[in-house]
Amino acid sequence: MSAVTNTIFSPELAARFDKLVTLYPVKRSALIPMLLYAQDEVGYVSDAVVHEIAQRLDLFELDVRNVLSYYSMLRTKPAGKYNVQVCTNISCMLRGGYEILDHCKAKLGIGHKEVTADKLFSLEEVECIGACCWAPAMQVNYDFHEDLTPAKVDQILDDYAAGRGKDVK
Amino acid sequence: MTVATIFIDNAPREVNPKQNLLHVCLSLGYDLPYFCWHPALGSVGACRQCAVKQFRNEQDATGKIVMACMTPAAEGTRISIADPEVVAFRAGVIQGLMQNHPHDCPVCDEGGECHLQDMTVMTGHRQRVYSFGKRTFRNQYLGPLVNHEMNRCIQCQRCVRFYREYAGGHDLNAFHLRDSIFYGRHEDGVLESEFSGNLVEICPTGVFTDATLKHHYSRKWDLQMAPSICVHCGLGCNITAGERYGTLRRVVNRYNHEVNGYFLCDRGRFGYEFVESSLRIRHPLVDGKPATRSEALERFGAVLRKGAVIGVGSPRASLESNFALRALAGPDHFFAGVPDEESRLISAMVRILRDGPARSPSLDEVEHSDAVFVLGEDLTNVAPIMALRLRQSVRQAPMRLAAGLHIPEWLDHAVRETVQDAKGPLFIASPYATKLDDIATATYHASPDDLARLGFAIAHAIDATAPEVIALSPELETMAAKIAAALRGAQHPLVVAGASCRNRGVIEAAGQIAWALCKVGSPASLSFTMPECNSFGLALMEAPPLSEALRTVRSEPVSTLIVLENDLFRRAPANEVTSLLRGVQHLIVLDHLGNPTTDAAELVLPAGTFAESDGTLVNNEGRAQRFFQVLNPSTDVQESWRWLHEVSVAAGSKSMERWEDLDDLTATIAKEIAAFGALPKVAPPRSAVGKIAREPSRYSGRTAMLANISVHEPRPPQDPDSSLAFSMESGPGPVPSSLIPFFWAPGWNSVQAVNKFQSEIGGALRGGDPGVRLIEPSRESVWQYFSAIPPAFKSRSGEWLLIPVFHIFGSEELSRHAQGISQLLPRPYLALNPAEASLVGAKAGGRIKILIEDSQFELEIMLRADLPRGVAGLPAGLPPFDGIQLPLFCKLASVGTEFSARGVL
Repeated sequence: MSAVTNTIFSPELAARFDKLVTLYPVKRSALIPMLLYAQDEVGYVSDAVVHEIAQRLDLFELDVRNVLSYYSMLRTKPAGKYNVQVCTNISCMLRGGYEILDHCKAKLGIGHKEVTADKLFSLEEVECIGACCWAPAMQVNYDFHEDLTPAKVDQILDDYAAGRGKDVK
Repeated sequence: MTVATIFIDNAPREVNPKQNLLHVCLSLGYDLPYFCWHPALGSVGACRQCAVKQFRNEQDATGKIVMACMTPAAEGTRISIADPEVVAFRAGVIQGLMQNHPHDCPVCDEGGECHLQDMTVMTGHRQRVYSFGKRTFRNQYLGPLVNHEMNRCIQCQRCVRFYREYAGGHDLNAFHLRDSIFYGRHEDGVLESEFSGNLVEICPTGVFTDATLKHHYSRKWDLQMAPSICVHCGLGCNITAGERYGTLRRVVNRYNHEVNGYFLCDRGRFGYEFVESSLRIRHPLVDGKPATRSEALERFGAVLRKGAVIGVGSPRASLESNFALRALAGPDHFFAGVPDEESRLISAMVRILRDGPARSPSLDEVEHSDAVFVLGEDLTNVAPIMALRLRQSVRQAPMRLAAGLHIPEWLDHAVRETVQDAKGPLFIASPYATKLDDIATATYHASPDDLARLGFAIAHAIDATAPEVIALSPELETMAAKIAAALRGAQHPLVVAGASCRNRGVIEAAGQIAWALCKVGSPASLSFTMPECNSFGLALMEAPPLSEALRTVRSEPVSTLIVLENDLFRRAPANEVTSLLRGVQHLIVLDHLGNPTTDAAELVLPAGTFAESDGTLVNNEGRAQRFFQVLNPSTDVQESWRWLHEVSVAAGSKSMERWEDLDDLTATIAKEIAAFGALPKVAPPRSAVGKIAREPSRYSGRTAMLANISVHEPRPPQDPDSSLAFSMESGPGPVPSSLIPFFWAPGWNSVQAVNKFQSEIGGALRGGDPGVRLIEPSRESVWQYFSAIPPAFKSRSGEWLLIPVFHIFGSEELSRHAQGISQLLPRPYLALNPAEASLVGAKAGGRIKILIEDSQFELEIMLRADLPRGVAGLPAGLPPFDGIQLPLFCKLASVGTEFSARGVL
């Protein structure tokens, strides 16, 4: 492994990456988990993240960007503190997923992949999040909210805005 | 080769069972559309375009749709190409691909030679039913050579597969997914690969197009084309050059299985622009002033009648022109026009190939070598296509892994999954790091003498009767043993070397290794690169080097010096050239670009470039290949040999009257010089073949092109030298492979029409590949091992050994004047090892003073950690250092200090 001297990651994450690259027959297999963990810590996949991951995996930065640009869950711009991900896939759509999405757009005043001016919320329309039994559903960061109604969404977003929301990492 | 019988639409056909159905169908001449497959890249089954219906047996009436490129042509396979269901399937695939395609053919550079157009017509998709918006992209700036237009993309992935997997580039990739997939760089910028121009041909449509063609665009069908040979290195890649309205418009690859295959390097593809450079000489110059043709011939004749003529030939001029000068001046007064050291090295290489048992391989054989040792060469910058071929050679040995698992060679993705990063043995010993190092098993960077020592040690490790290298370090002993074992264990070992190090030891060591391998029973090949396009041919003429010309001028009265297509100031230090020029009364130069030598001449005759001449070049393999006139110059430009012939006849010389045209001339050469006995066989004589049109049958404007000059349609110019005609009309009868002016077949307008000219797809052209080998290894074992092993290099205190560092753009004389390439030239610099740079107080990007012999220069510093100690690098062939004959020792000093008598340290 290429020695990384000044890592931009926390010591815990750096240690986790050191271990991760040893787990696979070829190092580049660790690319996707590394991108995801780095995004969780940094908030998005910055140029510095691409640079360090490329260095850790002996890849060209271009190869990292090749994978990075393929996955819609990896982002290259900062999201809000709370990233609201509304599912509009088939089960949620039938149960009113689009109304929930439109409601979020109206309430937050932002569109798909946009961030509020105070950087508190960002909004995304996403594909199935595996909560079909409780559709319509959405995810705020890693926490799930199910059986949504516009009123329930108002409550959830107000709680987050007031700092009362659960922030699962 | 075993043969399998398969049934195509119930007709039994004999095919190669090692291949896939697409390959065999195309080989048999069927029209089966495809996109993602390419004979050099193999099959990935991505585009779904080559669908055929496969049946289990004769009774099976249902069948299933399979991809021809992914299905082996196994014995008894029954398929249908014409089945209505599969025809509809293929039309549907095209319809899908065309959904987002902009339909901008009238304004697209690819229009008229577009594989996507051809395939769309072939499948019969006519009606567009999709009526919504199309996806669009932002294009990138990819440099002055390649243009980017992503909206046209049909996602076949061939560009990235070629650029990354085949050519080893890193800066082009696929981004995003689904309909927004984007092929390009991370950000705007010049493509870094030396082979980026091949994207123009690899791309089935107009995403990547020739940016140099854009400046003077013409449709393929409007180009007058002829078979030609690239003049920008010694490999002799085959090209097709195209002209319209008297200007050379572009160069594309001309397939030759043995030489360049499907690909060209960027120097070869884009270097042609020098023909239209502002330095171009188009009319005779007498005493620096434009003169008419008759004035020039009169002056030339008057000078010739005084007698006492010496001639200096050129390694970038054709055999015919060199021979014409040799005939005019007399064999004793004809000199090779290359520096002494280079002349000695090239003769040594030719002798090693002729007298020894090791054979010089064709580039196709280079690609199929399974263990390679490169000694002293930076192939990517000196002989680029050989580097591309070697990049494939490292796949040979690991291919056995795939063969063991019964994965056919063409099943590209499966082979790459199996092979992973495994590479066959490739060892590189060079004075500095090269671009091929990334695929090398091991590399060794050292001074030329040390490289030679490693080479001799390998030879000794292969065969103990070869002389031993004394006082070799243990690490090098180990390395030599490792390389020797790899070469001995291979079925097709190859040693590559050349004159780039300007070191005789390196060349002899390479020969020694190949000979040692031959002696122990291994079929070793030995490939030498050549500095210029006809260095090999000139060496076969066995003319003495440049210094002999100077000696002649000093020892006997010489009235006239005739210089043929050569800038002497690149061949020797300026003071030597000046004293040579001062020693003669008249200097006559035949050349096509202005340079210091033409500036000094009393008479300059406008010589034809490769585009305006016929002639023969001998490549590094020893293969003589003919190039033909693309355009008939309306000015005074003509072949050098024709100028020389005309003037000698005018001056009353009898010796050259016998030949009037190219066929006479080649016959004369064959008779006079034994080495060129096969010269007339390089291409069929004019009388043997019917007329072959240089212009496609759809050439437009023939009757109107010159209407602004005269409304009467002029008689087309006659070509006395070849069967090729400046016309749209071909005679009946087949076209021999060496005379194919362009690849075109009905329904196949793109370069991929070459499918219709090959005996088997990816194999030899029908009737054999063009070119005749002039040398074969000796059958008698009279050779002896070299015993002059150089001592180890010792760095001198306060002095550096200055070696040439080669650049694909810049080191070659002519391509430097091409408009596109001229934007990519390096700035002059001095490369130093960082550890030593600190000794002279030098920093990267700073400047340093350099003392070479008696001249001082100031240069920018480039730090290269791969340079050996005591060695500094200077870009090869870049003015103002192009006359300095490297390697030599130099002194360095920081700017502001003076050189003391004993150096600075």
